[in-house]
Amino acid sequence: MKSKIIKVKYLARVEGEGGLYVKIKDSRVAEVKLKIFEPPRFFEAFLRGRDFREAPDLTSRICGICPVAYQMSAVHALEDALRVAVTGPLRALRRLIYCGEWIESHALHVFMLHAPDFLGYADALQMARDHSEMVKLGLQLKKVGNGLVSFLGGREIHPINVRVGGFYRVPAKAELAPWRERLQWAREDALKTVRWVSAFPFPEFAGDYEFVALRHPGEYPFNEGRLVSNQGLDIPVKDYDRFFVEEQVPYSHALHSRLRERGPYLVGPLARFNLNYDLLTPLAREAAQGAGIAPVCRNPFQSIIVRSVEILQALDEAISLLEAYEVPDQPAVPVAPRAGVGFGCTEAPRGILYHRYQLNDEGLILDAKIVPPTSQNQKTMERDLHQFVARHLELPQDRLTWQCEQMIRNYDPCISCATHFLKLELVRG
Amino acid sequence: MTGDAGELPGRILIIGLGNEYRQDDGVGLYVARKLREKNLPQASIVEATGEAAALMELWQNAASVILVDAVRSGAEPGRVYRFDAGAEPLPARYFSGSSTHSLGLAEALELARVLNRLPPRLIVYGIQGKTFGAGRGLSPEVEQAGEKVVAQVLRDLGVREWS
Repeated sequence: MKSKIIKVKYLARVEGEGGLYVKIKDSRVAEVKLKIFEPPRFFEAFLRGRDFREAPDLTSRICGICPVAYQMSAVHALEDALRVAVTGPLRALRRLIYCGEWIESHALHVFMLHAPDFLGYADALQMARDHSEMVKLGLQLKKVGNGLVSFLGGREIHPINVRVGGFYRVPAKAELAPWRERLQWAREDALKTVRWVSAFPFPEFAGDYEFVALRHPGEYPFNEGRLVSNQGLDIPVKDYDRFFVEEQVPYSHALHSRLRERGPYLVGPLARFNLNYDLLTPLAREAAQGAGIAPVCRNPFQSIIVRSVEILQALDEAISLLEAYEVPDQPAVPVAPRAGVGFGCTEAPRGILYHRYQLNDEGLILDAKIVPPTSQNQKTMERDLHQFVARHLELPQDRLTWQCEQMIRNYDPCISCATHFLKLELVRG
Repeated sequence: MTGDAGELPGRILIIGLGNEYRQDDGVGLYVARKLREKNLPQASIVEATGEAAALMELWQNAASVILVDAVRSGAEPGRVYRFDAGAEPLPARYFSGSSTHSLGLAEALELARVLNRLPPRLIVYGIQGKTFGAGRGLSPEVEQAGEKVVAQVLRDLGVREWS
């Protein structure tokens, strides 16, 4: 075999529109391009001149799966600029709604998008014919996550109850009561999920990654922490721009991120797990051990196990938050406009999501920067593909193409976030 | 339009689907709201996004379900389709998902069929939209088609209108 091209025009089972092109020449991988052709949406540009209070709801529109992540990064960055601290039960409620989003987003990816790859089905519908109990369980988990988001956020997609300073309305204690039992049931389902996915066949692969995630002294990270890596990075969020840089590439509508002078890095469940394993709840840690994974896990195909462990983590966390809930004195702390720059970074289901806003003294946004997790993972996805294809050149074209797609789905890419479906081309000319 | 008119058995649930901020995509909701105004004692009426698990939960105790949604079949705007979805799959290309994040209605129903979670009787009305851009309000021909579907659903329910 001398050369060939692997080409997938529209990658299925990813969120958004994109494609993949791999060129093999003289038995070597010559070119790998993750092409994101969904048009750019110019969120950063149209935020300019808008009132700071609009940013959480405007930016939540970037994604239908992780709108809460956008709201959370936005409110944290704006509160940083406005010198406001949100603590106590309001902070706890933010973590609770974030748990809902992790559960629904991870359940969607584990069951509907990723599991069919491992079990050899073209899609979840085909898989459901043979695995109906697990598919029902997955739908149930997703529903619990959506339910939690809509309970606290007013609706499941693009919730409308989050504001700078807190919420528009907070629940009474009695409203939370029915959730406890629901979440306890779901926790059993999450345990079954971890066991189910841990028995999947995993392709052999280990990447030499720099993992980047938030790290908080006492919590598995959602809303805050320092940015840390397994290669010595340990910085406050406000230093993000000093260490990370975004670049344009000609074939993609999404900017590529890299660590200055270091290169690609990996964000998301695998990074969080490896850097925060000690902060998992005992139940989640035990489930991970039972599934045979421990840090440092370098096989991105096993991210499906980590996502399942994180569903369990989010449920466990949500139950604790519910049990400790006290109604806040007020639904939001007062905020007044002032000039300044604020930085925020939270852990979206797919990894760190960075927001920076500059405000004038009337609270109008002068400048906004948003760096979603998928754009940060693009270079690493391409590098993974390069290494994977180089080691599996002998595979038949259809098998290799399948595994390339699977490799991309390891990252649960949200192309709509990154600019913004995936098309895979494997060229052997 | 094809299909039988006449009474449907058991508890009836009518589900309007769509997004009212995407012009004609909101016609399913329009039909649901018009039917709600009629205070029909034999049917409950809800609005939904079309998410698979939510639909299955909505109809778990219903004997008969009528779903109304906008379609993109390429036909002239206002064309009304009626499918007996209990008997056969919907044409997927008419009911493409509103986003790549979720299953389209046709896929959601197939998933329910595979999981043995379809209601005993399921009728789907599809109304061809004209414009699906950002904004509220229906095109005149689509609104008119919505009225036709309201009348047809009333016939399905065995309701006679004297006005």
